[in-house]
Amino acid sequence: MNDLYIIITASLVASSCALLGCYLILRKMAMVGDAISHAVLPGIVIAFLISGSRDSMTMLIGAGLIGILTTFLIEFLHKKARLQTDASIGVTFTWLFAIGVVLISLFAGKVDLDQDCVLYGEIAYVPLDTLIIGNQSIGPRALYIMGMILTAIILFIVFGYKELFLTTFDPAYATAIGISTTLWHYLLMGAVSATTVASFESVGAILVVALLIAPAATAYLLTDNLKWMLVFACIAGVAASVTGYYIAVWLDGSIAGAIAMMAGIIFIIAMLFSPTHGIFTKKFSRTAAADS
Amino acid sequence: MNEEIITPALEVHDLTVAFDRKPVLWNIDLKLPEGKLVGIIGPNGAGKSTLIKAVMGLLPLSSGYVKLFDHPIDEVRKKISYVPQRESVDWDFPASVLDVVLMGRYGKLGLFRRPRKADYDVALDCLKKVGMEAYINRQISQLSGGQQQRTFLARALAQQADIYFMDEPFAGVDAATEKAIISLLRTMTEAKKTVIVVHHDLQSVTQYFDWVLLLNTRLIACGPTATTFTQQNLQETYGGKLTLLSDVGDLIRREHFPNREGVIKQPKTI
Ligand SMILES: Nc1ncnc2c1ncn2[C@@H]1O[C@H](COP(=O)(O)OP(=O)(O)O)[C@@H](O)[C@H]1O
Ligand SMILES: [Mg+2]
Repeated sequence: MNDLYIIITASLVASSCALLGCYLILRKMAMVGDAISHAVLPGIVIAFLISGSRDSMTMLIGAGLIGILTTFLIEFLHKKARLQTDASIGVTFTWLFAIGVVLISLFAGKVDLDQDCVLYGEIAYVPLDTLIIGNQSIGPRALYIMGMILTAIILFIVFGYKELFLTTFDPAYATAIGISTTLWHYLLMGAVSATTVASFESVGAILVVALLIAPAATAYLLTDNLKWMLVFACIAGVAASVTGYYIAVWLDGSIAGAIAMMAGIIFIIAMLFSPTHGIFTKKFSRTAAADS
Repeated sequence: MNEEIITPALEVHDLTVAFDRKPVLWNIDLKLPEGKLVGIIGPNGAGKSTLIKAVMGLLPLSSGYVKLFDHPIDEVRKKISYVPQRESVDWDFPASVLDVVLMGRYGKLGLFRRPRKADYDVALDCLKKVGMEAYINRQISQLSGGQQQRTFLARALAQQADIYFMDEPFAGVDAATEKAIISLLRTMTEAKKTVIVVHHDLQSVTQYFDWVLLLNTRLIACGPTATTFTQQNLQETYGGKLTLLSDVGDLIRREHFPNREGVIKQPKTI
């Protein structure tokens, strides 16, 4: 049963990240996901200090706000200080992350939280922290939180499909016809922040970054249709979770690490064998064309 | 050129736009009448794209204001359509031609609503108008430059707007398609739509446009083509870049221009 809990939680995290990752990649903002996943650290610590517990909504909201602040700072440094986008991302997230590290060391006694736990997480402990209603344990808390996050993301994408599609493809045109590019940008970044925070306990920030990018990048290579890209990204994410889990059990290693590794391996397979973009496929069809 | 425009489709007052405090548009004052095909003419970097972006509120203004149909822009967004420069988007985006043209319906649909049968019909009709009906399900990454341009045009048409801003819609389009598009734009202006086109081929200006707007950071002139597209105004717009200007004057009269390459390659000194 514990196996199943871990695999399902990992798959929920992977699918949430994969869906958002598709939009990040298409907006050429893959590194913003990276930035947010680090920058939420001070938000987590501050929310933890205020609420005194890990499972409160305060934590999600606190980190969500920091995520939006990160997005805002990046935009601000880029537009007003005329810094290159990559430089403003680099400055913003290292700075916020550093604040988080300082806060943790300052309050080390009071906070049951350390960098390792935030960065690497420990998915193996997911089944231990169960949600109790009445006197009955109804399964791991992380499972319910990630289930809610994934549901929220799916609703966000289903109801905002048009707007996300248009503001991602052609922001200037979207603004011209009266669809707010800024609003949808911040909504997306808010969703990335919330997902990152919700996932950090179970899988850690590093794995979140891997899952935000690798499955979406895999799907990008496999299809020319956004809806299929979203579906393929989820499949790639779930596949990485399942195979990664069993590899970790087999090698007796870190589950999160194995999942990140599998996400990378699945990407490489797609890169080599994708029907349209694959390196081998292209080579093969070229030889076939030369033969005929 | 000073004829009074009673109900302007577009009114720009004292508009200045600057990047890094360097003005790109300076003190632009103009009115455009409804139902005209208007050409925006000027050399590279003159601020033509900046002007239409500023008018649509895509850029912050340093000073001045813009009114469309006597309203601030945000009140009339549903009446506005835009064809951006083709290079402004990533054509490797996972979308089909139909997906892109349907975007033209998004403004009318509003939040949460999906395109319905009527929207698909409009999109298909617009694709027919630009001769793209054979490419409906084609991925946009597999289109030629001219086909991309026509897809953008179909998207703008699908909006059924009242005023259209088009940034170099003829870039990369073959001559036959260009003619077809111009006659399409003509039928639109006959139906009282206003169409504003950034254009840089001087040869075809007198054939295509009712009005011209000559721009080079400042507004040089704006008015009916016959009285505004003059040798003197052209000289002011292009400065030393247009040599052989006396010959150009003859050519205007004969409606026949040297080709653009010939014009640009001339040395700056006369
Ligand atoms: N986002 C921007 N930042 C800084 N300068 C810009 C920006 N956009 C345009 N410019 C400058 O403004 C001037 C006018 O540009 P543009 O309107 O694109 O010219 P045109 O469309 O007439 O060729 C150019 O000198 C260009 O370098
Ligand atoms: Mg331009």
